[in-house]
Amino acid sequence: MIPMSDIFAARTQMAISLAFHIIFAVIGVALPPMMVLAEAMWLRTKDPVYLCLAKRWAKGTAILFAIGAVSGTVLSFEMGLLWPRFMGLAGAAIGMPFSLEGFAFFTEAIFLGIYLYGWRRASPAAHLFSGIVVAVSGLASAFFVCLVNGWMNTPTGFRLLNGQFVDINVWKALRNPAGTPEAIHMILASYCAAGFATAGIHALLALRSKPNQFHRRAIAIALALGGSAAVFQAVSGDALARVTAVNQPTKLAAMEGDFETRGGAPLRIGGIPDVQTRQTKGAIEIPYGLSILAFHSPKAVVAGLDQTPRSDWPNVLVVHVAFQIMVAIGSLLALIGLVSGWLVWKRRTAFTQSRVFLKVLVLCSPLGFIALEAGWVVTEAGRQPWIIYHIMKTSDAVTTMPGLPVTLILFTCLYLILSAVVIWLMSRHVIATPKDEEIQALAVGKGIVHA
Amino acid sequence: MHNPAVLLTLILMVSLTFYALFGGADYGGGVWDLLARGPRQQQQRELIANAIAPVWEANHVWLILVIVLLFAGFPPAFAAVSTALHIPLTAIIIGIVMRGSSFVFRAYHTADYRTQKRWGMIFAVASTITPICLGVIVGAISSGNIVVKQGISENGFLTPWLGLFPLMVGVFSLSLFVFLAAVYLTVESTDVQLQEDFRRRALVSGLLVALMALATFVSARTGAPDIYSGLLKPSIVWIVQGATAVFACTAFLCLLARKYKIARVAAMLQITFILWGWGMSQAPYLLQGDMTVNDAAASPAVLWTLIAAVGSGLVLLVPSLLYLLRLFKMGNEHLPLH
Repeated sequence: MIPMSDIFAARTQMAISLAFHIIFAVIGVALPPMMVLAEAMWLRTKDPVYLCLAKRWAKGTAILFAIGAVSGTVLSFEMGLLWPRFMGLAGAAIGMPFSLEGFAFFTEAIFLGIYLYGWRRASPAAHLFSGIVVAVSGLASAFFVCLVNGWMNTPTGFRLLNGQFVDINVWKALRNPAGTPEAIHMILASYCAAGFATAGIHALLALRSKPNQFHRRAIAIALALGGSAAVFQAVSGDALARVTAVNQPTKLAAMEGDFETRGGAPLRIGGIPDVQTRQTKGAIEIPYGLSILAFHSPKAVVAGLDQTPRSDWPNVLVVHVAFQIMVAIGSLLALIGLVSGWLVWKRRTAFTQSRVFLKVLVLCSPLGFIALEAGWVVTEAGRQPWIIYHIMKTSDAVTTMPGLPVTLILFTCLYLILSAVVIWLMSRHVIATPKDEEIQALAVGKGIVHA
Repeated sequence: MHNPAVLLTLILMVSLTFYALFGGADYGGGVWDLLARGPRQQQQRELIANAIAPVWEANHVWLILVIVLLFAGFPPAFAAVSTALHIPLTAIIIGIVMRGSSFVFRAYHTADYRTQKRWGMIFAVASTITPICLGVIVGAISSGNIVVKQGISENGFLTPWLGLFPLMVGVFSLSLFVFLAAVYLTVESTDVQLQEDFRRRALVSGLLVALMALATFVSARTGAPDIYSGLLKPSIVWIVQGATAVFACTAFLCLLARKYKIARVAAMLQITFILWGWGMSQAPYLLQGDMTVNDAAASPAVLWTLIAAVGSGLVLLVPSLLYLLRLFKMGNEHLPLH
């Protein structure tokens, strides 16, 4: 076996824990609004298919929330276990968003308990309200956690004196420049990824079974959420890119594969950056594109990697390629969202029945998640070698505990097993085509009785 | 309360107490799942699962709150603990993951009894090991072996926690949670035979608690001398010890007399006083012998904003929690959950 350095093991373990937690958490954030929409439609129309959908998505939320909660607990411990010196230095500055997240999480856990097990105990309005609280507090959790990551990218609210933080102002730290745009970008990404994934899975089942209302309605709700999020994501991505251009020019340069500082910088599509020759080859260049996007002016000067010492560069190839993947998928999903929205607006809803459209949805189902993970690679790898941008290097934050490759292997296996079981359970309980008897039972009220 | 560090420490202790009273009982439930015996073992397991299902995630959040407030308010203490106790903390998170996920997996594997049983096994074993590790952490913090300078643990990565005293605290914690769960389950069950099952279990585990308390105390003499002498100080600590003894006896007598609801309250108070007795003999140290509450505290401005955030969070939390408990734990336990 090739010996692995502890810092590499720590970074890999953190990356794996985050990559898995993000998938679990995103579904846990995005399923509740869909489940609430379905329940609201049921209360309005009394159509049992909607109730069946609400109950299915509630089960999905239950499974994913539980796994998201435990994998999130792992992360809160791991920050200390892997990066104790980061937590010792910055704990006070980033504690506030984590505390607020704790309370949001509390609220979510309480009302999810009520939603899942309170069908017979709470009134219909109180039950629907519980679902809404779950959806809102899930969104709030995601928001607060992203503020922390924003702070690591654009740290504010303190003075550095002899290597220690003094005059910490937690509200200023909370309002760091990257935080809010990043949080909005992530929440939209959650809705987009989970919405398209759900729509795609139901499209696959619809293609395989005889036409039925269950999948049609599931696709309608999932696509309404995912498609609209994809459209707004374009605006949010632009805002975040401009924040990055001002605050983290090195990251933007790596995202674009820009080695040279220049005015009227072109926007690159695709291409492979080569750090040896300091050139990005094979890209389609749109003249003035980057200057316009980043600073809203065709002549604006955009800093290249030449402004940063070579030792402080992130992995340019990884960051650039991940960014291209994210943007390409984002554009495609936004286009599908726009076209579908336009067709619905024109009342030409027949397209939702066509097999071609269903097949497109199937192909799109993993794309949102790929874009989401690629986006996190951009922001995390793009911040390197810093754990706190221009304040603390990742290599200075790592624990002195030896043998980290062991825990890396342990947690990787744990997450792989968890994922396998979650996928198996979801396919059995959440997305399988319901039997007619199941919907019949719900129709005559055997499934649930409200208090 | 002019010192925000003390106030935040009290908030931490309150959160830890709630975690022990609610989250702890969920672990204890898992142990009783493992120990389910006799003709009614299937019903015992169902009772435990139904008691835990609606509330365990909310109960788990108390631990997250403890962690978050610890690193936000006392960052150097958090950094030191996570460095020196890397191994038992890793064991805890693996235990938490296994316990939580296997519980959900079991709940949804309804079709296949054998697989369900296997998940139940993982759930029960993880519920047993995790609280022992939690106790080991508490014992290690009290024993004064956590010394971390410049990010380097001076006692290595084993000595701080690998010893008789931390292990005793671990088993003591487990016995407390097991006792608490058995007492709660007497109230939860509506079937008289099941009630009797858990009454017997509560009585036996109550005796075990007394035995473990004594053993832990004795092992503290060499394992955590500061705590040992703290517990013997003729001061307010004695009042706390006295209260613990009174509530322990009350709980035991009420169980004998089948007054389950009073027994539940007494047992909760007993555990609360044990925890606070430990807290008081640990004061003013956060890490015994090395780092006091004031040493570890962030600046007062940070602490006050944290306290304010917790205060406003509670405004949201308390009514929600009461609503949850009213729906599931106040006299309508017999309603089906689905």
